[in-house]
Amino acid sequence: METAKAVSERSVTVVPKTQKKRKWTVDHWLALAFLSPSVVLILIFVYGFIGWTGYVSLSNWNSLVPDLSFAGLKNYIYLFHDFRFQADLRNTLVFTVLFIGVVIVLGQLLAILLDQKLRGESIFRNIFFFPMALSFVVTGVVWQWLLNPSTGVNLFFKKFGLDSKWYTDTTILGSFHLGKIEFGVPVAIVAVVIAAVWQMTGFAVAMYLAGLRAIPEEVREAARMDGATEFQIYRKIIIPMLRPITVSVIIIMAHISLKIFDLIYAMTGPGANFVTDVPGVYMFETTFRGNYYANGAAIAIIMLLSVAIFIVPYLISSRKGES
Amino acid sequence: MKQRTWSRAVLYIICILMSLFFLMPVYVMLVTSVKPLDEVTLSDMWKLPTAFDWSSYQTAFEKLAPNFLNSIYLVVPATLLSALLGALNGYVLSKWKFKGADTIFTLILFGMFIPYQSILIPLIQFLREIGLYNTIPGLVFVHVVYGIPITTLMFRNFYAAIPDEMIESAKIDGAGFLRIFRYIMLPLSITGFVVVAIWQFTNIWNEFLFAVTITTSSQQPIMVALQNLSGSQIVQWNVQMAGALLAALPTLLVYMFLGKYFVRGLLAGSVKG
Repeated sequence: METAKAVSERSVTVVPKTQKKRKWTVDHWLALAFLSPSVVLILIFVYGFIGWTGYVSLSNWNSLVPDLSFAGLKNYIYLFHDFRFQADLRNTLVFTVLFIGVVIVLGQLLAILLDQKLRGESIFRNIFFFPMALSFVVTGVVWQWLLNPSTGVNLFFKKFGLDSKWYTDTTILGSFHLGKIEFGVPVAIVAVVIAAVWQMTGFAVAMYLAGLRAIPEEVREAARMDGATEFQIYRKIIIPMLRPITVSVIIIMAHISLKIFDLIYAMTGPGANFVTDVPGVYMFETTFRGNYYANGAAIAIIMLLSVAIFIVPYLISSRKGES
Repeated sequence: MKQRTWSRAVLYIICILMSLFFLMPVYVMLVTSVKPLDEVTLSDMWKLPTAFDWSSYQTAFEKLAPNFLNSIYLVVPATLLSALLGALNGYVLSKWKFKGADTIFTLILFGMFIPYQSILIPLIQFLREIGLYNTIPGLVFVHVVYGIPITTLMFRNFYAAIPDEMIESAKIDGAGFLRIFRYIMLPLSITGFVVVAIWQFTNIWNEFLFAVTITTSSQQPIMVALQNLSGSQIVQWNVQMAGALLAALPTLLVYMFLGKYFVRGLLAGSVKG
């Protein structure tokens, strides 16, 4: 401490204030020294480990005994011909689109409702947010009970002639074949989407509410002066102003949805005919239950790439926006 | 004016209906957890119990208590360590910027978004190698390491709001890197610590993938034990609902009492710069 103090004192006297280029002091080295363990950890545990997973995905390690001999793209080729993985890709796509779509629409709607200075606003807000505090496992366990094929919710639907079996259903709506895989919306996935929406909508509401509160009152005032109705103000001015938030919500929800594992694992598992299987569940089962490490690693790398497509441009653009 | 009252009424009705949708699982959970087993049937799911039966809580507690403790042993040190590490990193990356600091920050940030499946195989190999596989300290280590991106981001944003002039004048007064951190940044960052700690506490308590792959049986945290509860025997839904409530209780309490900071954490975890 004493030396640091002495040096920083000296640096103040030695470097005149007019001189722009700051001299590196002991303090700067100290700052680096405190940052570097984290940087090293991230380099090893994120980038190094991703590299190692990539290496494993190109190997023959598909048993309990590690075998890191080079296999080329064998594991990837296997996956793309695999019925289960094809179903996973379909499910991920369907899940992601439905989940993000509903979260955005519902999140925006609820945020706008809450922005109307309703009485008891904080109570409603707390009710919409609280599922965020829960674990996906808890959500999965509870919704598994709620959407059980012969429970209350479904008794209700039966009255309308809808005999849904929810997550045990193997029906694929609007199905058509794309190669070997049956495309469409599996009914069982809708059950998982409902649970996921229940859990994550509060997040979108929080984001949109923060966005709405950041819009200055003058904007509305000016529009009102011009004779716009409240509805027009939202449609023409407020909602377009919320677009950057929508982008953020899409990015956050997409990365959650592309790597989702615990909710589905706790709620439905892969499902009959893999109607609710996703890469996260397949990776877990094939690697840690089946010991197909190279196949598991290949699934993991594909998951990473799918997330990176969204995240990397987002990170780069937000960095540009900063500087 | 009349039209306004009408539209207000519609707003309230929508809000109330949505609230019912959000509360429905809680109602069913509570009701089911206090029912005797013979009343727990799928068709009677919505009905109130004829008599309170707390035995499902007792059963759930007996089964989950050791795992509940595991989660406490995991979440407390992991939260504290990762918050401290994040505070130091955030301090350096906001107040001691150097050439390339932003690039390093972006590189760190990427770690927040990766699917953990993509590092899981080497991670387990590594933990076996150093003897921390299937241990709570092993899990603490994992959560501290993979908590670095988010805690660094949150503290960096938090510290960016502290004016640089304050640091500059402290420097002129002769304070160094550590002194400024200890006597200026730390006292100013109590809110930051609360927000980050709540975020980390919630995430680590609720985390499942690391927990299920790194630990087995007696070392498992609560979420894995809860998941096993549903797979292990004939499904006793009342016990499961009681177990789910027990597992959710700590984070729900945090949310109830510190909800403001909880939501701030949500937003801080998503918005950059």
